[in-house]
Amino acid sequence: MRISPKMATLLTLSVIMLIAPFFFPSAYYFRIASLVYVNALAVVGVVILTGYAGQISLGHAGFAGIGGYACALAPVYLGLHPAASVVFGALASGVMAWIVGRPILRLKGYYLAVASLGFGILVSMVLTNEIAVTGGPDGMKVADLGLRSWLSERGLSLTNGQFWYTITALLLLAGAWLALNLENSATGRALRALHGSETAAGTVGIDVASAKLTAFIISAVYASVSGSLIALMNRMITPDIAGYMHSIEMVTMAVLGGSASVAGGVFGAAILTLLPQALTSFDQYEQVTLGLIMMLVMIFLRQGLLPGLASLLKGRGA
Amino acid sequence: MTLLTVEGLGIQFGGVKAVNDVGFSLNPGEIVSIIGPNGAGKTTLFNMISGVYTPGAGKVTLAGEDVTGMAPFLLARRGLSRTFQNLQIFQSMSVLENVMSGFHLRERGSVLADLFAWPTARRRARAAEGDARKLLERVGLERAAEREAGSLSYGSLKRLEIARALALDPRLLLLDEPAAGCNAVETEEIDHLIEEIAKAGTAILLVEHDMKMVMRISKHIVVLDHGEKIAEGEPAVVSRDPRVIEAYLGAQAKDKAMGEEAGHAEH
Repeated sequence: MRISPKMATLLTLSVIMLIAPFFFPSAYYFRIASLVYVNALAVVGVVILTGYAGQISLGHAGFAGIGGYACALAPVYLGLHPAASVVFGALASGVMAWIVGRPILRLKGYYLAVASLGFGILVSMVLTNEIAVTGGPDGMKVADLGLRSWLSERGLSLTNGQFWYTITALLLLAGAWLALNLENSATGRALRALHGSETAAGTVGIDVASAKLTAFIISAVYASVSGSLIALMNRMITPDIAGYMHSIEMVTMAVLGGSASVAGGVFGAAILTLLPQALTSFDQYEQVTLGLIMMLVMIFLRQGLLPGLASLLKGRGA
Repeated sequence: MTLLTVEGLGIQFGGVKAVNDVGFSLNPGEIVSIIGPNGAGKTTLFNMISGVYTPGAGKVTLAGEDVTGMAPFLLARRGLSRTFQNLQIFQSMSVLENVMSGFHLRERGSVLADLFAWPTARRRARAAEGDARKLLERVGLERAAEREAGSLSYGSLKRLEIARALALDPRLLLLDEPAAGCNAVETEEIDHLIEEIAKAGTAILLVEHDMKMVMRISKHIVVLDHGEKIAEGEPAVVSRDPRVIEAYLGAQAKDKAMGEEAGHAEH
């Protein structure tokens, strides 16, 4: 039986998620791995927007901010359960993406990049300056999700690290599954088509503007859920989550890993989350080494690490 | 009933009239060709009819509806499909996916169904794939189905574009130099393909430099020169028209003279 690329990606991911904990030297690694999965979830959204549809956003951390602060604010002001707040944040991000996306997605290339960057900065400014509501630069506390104690009452007791590892892994799997479904559907093909040629996409009946907006909204929801998870996991949140550095991180992870595929995006998120940890032994050279690695990958493996390495291996095998 | 009517169509680029006051009409199943020397405005005319450019003047009517300046994706929904002279292929998609994208209007459903791979979405995708393979067979590309489109030869890409355009099951098909860059055998294949498509009831508007092909398959010919219509009629009549001969021979004579001039300049 032949395994489809979609199943191959999902199986590989599941196997890694199941096996990885056996190699963790300490409980701290559960947290690192959860961060990898949370970042990867946002990057899968970027893969849909940038890899499939060819549109760039340097403001997606803004949506992570909306998702994150929804989990901090909605339980306090609206009395929502933290889990419902994740959904509320995702809806809010979707609506915001629709409002912002309509005018800015008419722009192309670096014009779009700058306009989206502006959106991200706007969100981060609001979160920093509305001190009465958001607590300003110091951030806020976030309510407990409550699911872990609920589970332990029913006999399934997990450490905090194990609990978040499971939650983030499951949500990443779900996110990857959705994105892979999309890739080979009518919508996904429309996105990839307009990436190739907007003119030709129009002549086969694709409404280019509405297709771009769809991709933008979907990817905003991914970023939002990722932001919510960070808030719930850390039990606190600061405006840094919406900062432009976070936006650029998302795009960098996608491009470095290989933005054309979900697997590439996840790989990029893993590398760029783990590498700084591994490079701490380089001391003050950590940032320099990281920058150098990124430059070299882009120069020599332009399609990204995963497809680049795959074609290198294939070339050697032949 | 007339399928396409073009009346007084014109456009200017920076004060230069690229196309001026061109009109003609087209019936279902008919093949009409637009010919003229390089720079006569053939592709510009195509781009106005297919909504890529918004005309500065005139009117385009498709099946009784005024579609002047309508966006290409809306025209596609009204049964107009086209190919491009300078190829507009989705390079990083497979050959099969390129043709499947042509079934977009038939295949599309709700985004949620696509995200969750609901059975309806999967069924639509399977149907599109099956029909896309049939179309690839029809243009002789079935063995290249899984290859990346960017890796195909120029002649194959031309046929791929026709297959993608046919996927829309168009009422009107605009073909911009479908045989350019193809060898004699390929040209003949395309020639037969076009006749078949027309026989099935699709109206075809053709821009082509291969005069043998144009004269053989067209029912009606519109001749453009410097953006204006200088003649139209049946192939036999048009080919004897002194203005047409002058436009072509004049251009050739001028080309020759310029070639010699360039030759002199080099010495």
